[in-house]
Amino acid sequence: MTVCVRIPTQLRELSGGASELKVEGSTVAEVLAALEQQHPGFAERLHDADGSLRRFVNVFVADEDIRFLQGLDTAVADGDTVSVVPAVAGG
Amino acid sequence: MAHVAGLRCRECGREYEVAAAFTCEWCFGPLEVAYDYDAIASTITRERIAAGPPTIWRYQDLLPVERAAAVDLGAGFSPLVRADRLAAELGLGEVWVKNDTVNPTNSFKDRVTEVALSKALEFGFKTVACASTGNLANAVAAHAARAGLRSFVFVPANLESAKIVTTAVYGGNVVAIDGNYDDVNRLCAEIAGTYRWAFVNVNMRPYYAEGSKTLAFETAEQLGWEAPDHVVVPVASGSLLTKIHKGFGELHAVGLLDREPRVRVSGAQAAGCSPVATAWIDHSDTIRPVKPSTIAKSLAIGNPADGYFALDAVRSTGGGLAAVSDEEVVDGIRLLAQTEGIFAETAGGVTIASLRRLAEEGVVRAHERVVVYITGIGLKTVDAVAPHVAPTATITPSLDAFHEAFDRDDIDQ
Repeated sequence: MTVCVRIPTQLRELSGGASELKVEGSTVAEVLAALEQQHPGFAERLHDADGSLRRFVNVFVADEDIRFLQGLDTAVADGDTVSVVPAVAGG
Repeated sequence: MAHVAGLRCRECGREYEVAAAFTCEWCFGPLEVAYDYDAIASTITRERIAAGPPTIWRYQDLLPVERAAAVDLGAGFSPLVRADRLAAELGLGEVWVKNDTVNPTNSFKDRVTEVALSKALEFGFKTVACASTGNLANAVAAHAARAGLRSFVFVPANLESAKIVTTAVYGGNVVAIDGNYDDVNRLCAEIAGTYRWAFVNVNMRPYYAEGSKTLAFETAEQLGWEAPDHVVVPVASGSLLTKIHKGFGELHAVGLLDREPRVRVSGAQAAGCSPVATAWIDHSDTIRPVKPSTIAKSLAIGNPADGYFALDAVRSTGGGLAAVSDEEVVDGIRLLAQTEGIFAETAGGVTIASLRRLAEEGVVRAHERVVVYITGIGLKTVDAVAPHVAPTATITPSLDAFHEAFDRDDIDQ
């Protein structure tokens, strides 16, 4: 599956300034691993030492928060958009 | 601004310069204002505060702005009312109500907005904006009008009509979004990244959130410079609860409280949107976002930005959290109105219902001095209680009709 990952401003230094990257993978975990392979540096920013997502990192697949789905095991379909959104504000 | 040291990540502790920024570039944790408490302690006194205005700006030394009251409609210093009739109803001893319905736009959001907009002027912004469940929309639109700033206010389209009207009247841009608050919030994060605006609860959030501390400062001052034993605070993003907790600690840090405060902090949520209360009840370290469904729309934030910090504050102080039904919310509104003469919005109903629940569970105890925070006015959410209250009688304008409706012996006392 090829998906489009939307990169937040704070991480564009790692993507060479690109706001979107195309990567391969069938789950969110695989997509993020592919991202790290293409552009090393993403993993340590997105994950805690134990490999889980940092608690202020939000990931959306096709506009749905993966915490409403299967977390890092959430399946992605060809052409899906995966958005990485740092820290919710608001309230 | 000698008293502000900079911004610091609440999650990893990395430090940053004062700027319009809200997330840590490394771990994405929220940034918070860091102060030089020793410097503040060397100048701040109870007398200096007492000589200040009867507004949030009497605590300017503990607020992160260069020039106090740059944007000012007179928010803060609201009444702290001893609520004996409410306490008796709940089997409690000493209960106080912090009545923040009396602010300029009738909610505590005037406090945070005055700090955020004063800071926005310092940074040179010309446009201010916010994502809101209604009360913040009112406050930002009104204060922007007062300051001559352009405003964009983003709200869920299904908001109470009163909250739309009481925002639009100030003449700024009101954008109703087909979605819930969390959808509005996500859009606002994108817009905030696109335009050079002061988004009060996005890039101005570290400053904005500090305004909520004034609720703790006032409470202590109004109790004769003593902290209460227990506070009950409504939880939406979790920021208010977190900052009230922080506020009591700061008063001690700068020498305004003689004794170290040991305030137990409890939170109130509606069952239809209770991600933080659910984590507490389930003894979970993970706050799972929810899709809100409750009449308490001002608390309907399914993905609370400061949920973890609110949970930490509750756990570390031995407080509790309650999740109450919409029916209990309406009962809570009516109970407060009927015992203390204060008409709260649905969030206040959540708070009173949670106080009742926490008292029944023994979390809030009869020997404690308890303060409950009523953060918004009932006039903005009349739809919630309209089906439940009505005139006692509807009669023709004659004494006979009056006596037909009311037994003379009953009322002649």
